[in-house]
Amino acid sequence: MSHMETSALKRLQVQRFKPEENPEIHYLNSERGLWSWLSTVDHKRIGLMYLASIAIFFFIGGVLALVLRTELLSPAQSFLDADVYNQVFTLHGAIMIFFFLVPSVPAALGNFILPIQLGAKDVAFPRLNLASFYIYTIGTVFTLVAIITGAVDTGWTFYTPYSTETGTNVLLMTLGIFILGFSSILTGVNFIVTIHKMRAPGMTWSKLPLNVWSLYATSIIQVLATPVLAITLLLLVMERALGIGIFDPALGGDPVLFQHFFWFYSHPAVYIMIVPGFGVISEVISTFSRKHIFGYWAIALSSLAIAFIGFLVWGHHMFTAGQSSLASMVFSFLTFLVGIPTGIKIFNWLATMYKGSIDLKAPMLYAMVFLFLFTIGGFTGIMLGALSVDIHLHDTYFVVAHFHYVMMGGMVMALLAGLHYWWPKMFGKMYSEVYARISCALIFIGFNLAFLPQFVMGAQGMPRRYFNYIDQFQPFHQLSTMGAYIMGVGFVIMFFYLLHSLVRGEKAASNPWGSRALEWQTTSPAAPHNFEHTPVVIHGPYDYHKPMSEFQLGIAHGHHGESHQPETLETVAETGTRP
Amino acid sequence: MDKVLEFLLPPAKSTIAGQVDGLFIFILAVSAVLLVGISFAIIYFSWKYKRRSEQDTTPVITHNTKLEVAWSVIPLILVMIVFGWGFTGYMNMRTVPTDAYEIRVVGKSWLWEFHYENGTVSVNELHVPANRPVNLVMSSNDVIHSFYIPDYRVKRDVLPNRYSNVWFEAMETGESVIFCTEYCGRAHSNMIATVTAHSESDFENWLATANVIDESLSPVELGKELIAKNGCNACHSVDGSRMVGPSYKGSWMAERELEDGSVVTVDANYLRESILEPNAKIGAGYDPVMPSYQGLLSDREIDAIIEYIKTID
Repeated sequence: MSHMETSALKRLQVQRFKPEENPEIHYLNSERGLWSWLSTVDHKRIGLMYLASIAIFFFIGGVLALVLRTELLSPAQSFLDADVYNQVFTLHGAIMIFFFLVPSVPAALGNFILPIQLGAKDVAFPRLNLASFYIYTIGTVFTLVAIITGAVDTGWTFYTPYSTETGTNVLLMTLGIFILGFSSILTGVNFIVTIHKMRAPGMTWSKLPLNVWSLYATSIIQVLATPVLAITLLLLVMERALGIGIFDPALGGDPVLFQHFFWFYSHPAVYIMIVPGFGVISEVISTFSRKHIFGYWAIALSSLAIAFIGFLVWGHHMFTAGQSSLASMVFSFLTFLVGIPTGIKIFNWLATMYKGSIDLKAPMLYAMVFLFLFTIGGFTGIMLGALSVDIHLHDTYFVVAHFHYVMMGGMVMALLAGLHYWWPKMFGKMYSEVYARISCALIFIGFNLAFLPQFVMGAQGMPRRYFNYIDQFQPFHQLSTMGAYIMGVGFVIMFFYLLHSLVRGEKAASNPWGSRALEWQTTSPAAPHNFEHTPVVIHGPYDYHKPMSEFQLGIAHGHHGESHQPETLETVAETGTRP
Repeated sequence: MDKVLEFLLPPAKSTIAGQVDGLFIFILAVSAVLLVGISFAIIYFSWKYKRRSEQDTTPVITHNTKLEVAWSVIPLILVMIVFGWGFTGYMNMRTVPTDAYEIRVVGKSWLWEFHYENGTVSVNELHVPANRPVNLVMSSNDVIHSFYIPDYRVKRDVLPNRYSNVWFEAMETGESVIFCTEYCGRAHSNMIATVTAHSESDFENWLATANVIDESLSPVELGKELIAKNGCNACHSVDGSRMVGPSYKGSWMAERELEDGSVVTVDANYLRESILEPNAKIGAGYDPVMPSYQGLLSDREIDAIIEYIKTID
């Protein structure tokens, strides 16, 4: 690194490269056929394959959720029996978390957009990237086999000793998730190296898009935390298959130890799911406010702070489990500390909108829905972090509602914001703005109707994972189910207008939102290697006070000062990190 | 405010409930103010600063140290208040008064057993004296359960091979519900019990008579009462519907196929064995999940249950 400081300034011949509109050749048509997709090392295509996979899993998980909500319309059994209900809620949780949320923004959107945002041709290890996708696929196949050959009924948390005693297919399922973990780790490593080594000339750390910062923080968590999940699941497998007593008290093990292990991964995993969402929201709010992001460093560093402190709060899942009061106190304290950087981000985003030029297009609407829902998720997290209140609320529907406000109201809304934001870059097509708004409104209304009542019944004492419930909770459950149906309709509409966009959507301009960010300075859909030139960055991605032309620079063609291009100019770019 | 409390929280029936509710309301109120502020800002900004034209220019505001310190430090102070408040309440929950009345609790999939000082045992009915601290010493026979009384705001996981405890003091007499809140399998949501707080004298009365058999009952009536008292009907129906275990209806002297393919007749010996050693012979299609009633039921009570089952057809 030392040579970097000494040669931080370097002269480059640059010229303007105005992105071509409606390119004839782009990454989607440069190669054709199924094999060209299955064997591709193009990060954009891999991103799309992830996107298709997570869409399928979101659909399956969503249908399972509707099945659960339908069963819960009445207090007693209606059309599922208790075993099937328990399997369905386990699958809903496991699929949504391990197959949808964890890979959603990093692996799907991140893969697509990260190298373009850096001005790189691809990620650092393109083949490894494809390997991660196949490892993900193998993991999901294992799990599907587990589901088909005898479902799992432990809840997505796999708490021992229940998970070592139940007759269902826990082994195969955990093995599937074990394999998935490797995909997550490899993607993390790939992104970290890419961000360090593949940035375009001039893209210093202080000009890094905030989406890249949050993917960076996420990747660090993925690399450090996921191995613990692998260890935990292996120990579980050893116990079940070989009868070695680790967690099962009947074999001399300690069941609470499993919870420590599990949450040591799964709490940071919550940040693996939500931190990339923060990045998307920063990009969208700045672009649609056409204004410099407020508190760049505060947002960038708070992601890293969350990634770091997030490792130290796992015990707040175990306030009732029998850990010492001292441990509970420390975990509660640290939990509140991790709330602060999250709050700072919310205020920063609001301040970015202040005196902006706000365009309420679909991505911005989703970002605003995110702000509202995620704030509620955050505040209810404060309630759950408070020791005495958590004792009452722990393992009730209050927790279920809180988690959905953070994960669905936060992460999924951020994913939808990002999907609508980068859709033109992905497919070179626009979608129907009208239907996008209708669907956003339905999802917003349905979501609140589904989960606000769950806060109330949880505070009233309704425990989670209940197949039957006492009559007093029925009105809340019915409202919640209605909300879930409305949300379902919203997603069906989205499916159709996005499909319509793919088939006969209007052609998208290279930069339909007027953004200054680098990914918008190439063609839509992006060129096979992202840029036909080597981009040179002289301004930050949020410098809306600078003219657009200065964001479209690249290393000039031709030899030694042969300036046949009238626009060729010379600039000083800070570089040194690019080999 | 009381109306809001009543809507959001169950009635506060223990001495510690007030403190929990106080903090709950405090966080709720502060959050509501902030949420309204944030929502207002979102809506107001998007109306006030709506894009007028594509040529709109925006001011370059990159940061504002004073503002940023303010919105970091003020929330920090607020959460530290919440932390201290919550921790104090928690310590009160964890510190058992020395004069607490002790009851042993055993969680089994899927029922709660309560053992009292004089040897009295009750199933799925906890009886406690009101206005006196009660300490429950709990353990599980199988997987992890969690003991939760919403009205008392207490909850503690019940672990196998280890004792955990929870204490409370009921402020008034009356009944409240007990839930299991740690997922424990098929009948998790049926693992419900009640706690009844009595006046001191009523409690003494109950304790003295609870396990004394009412001599005026016929064996069939006694059996019916015992089935209800011991939580049998959480898993066995009397109307033929299939629950966790086989229904009692029409079971007397019926031929029952077992897991291993052999067939037994449901006679008095089979029923007795199934009560005391439930997992010895499992009906085909059922799981070996019933807890043993060894030590909980006397011979006379088992006889009464068998007499009752005979009558259900």
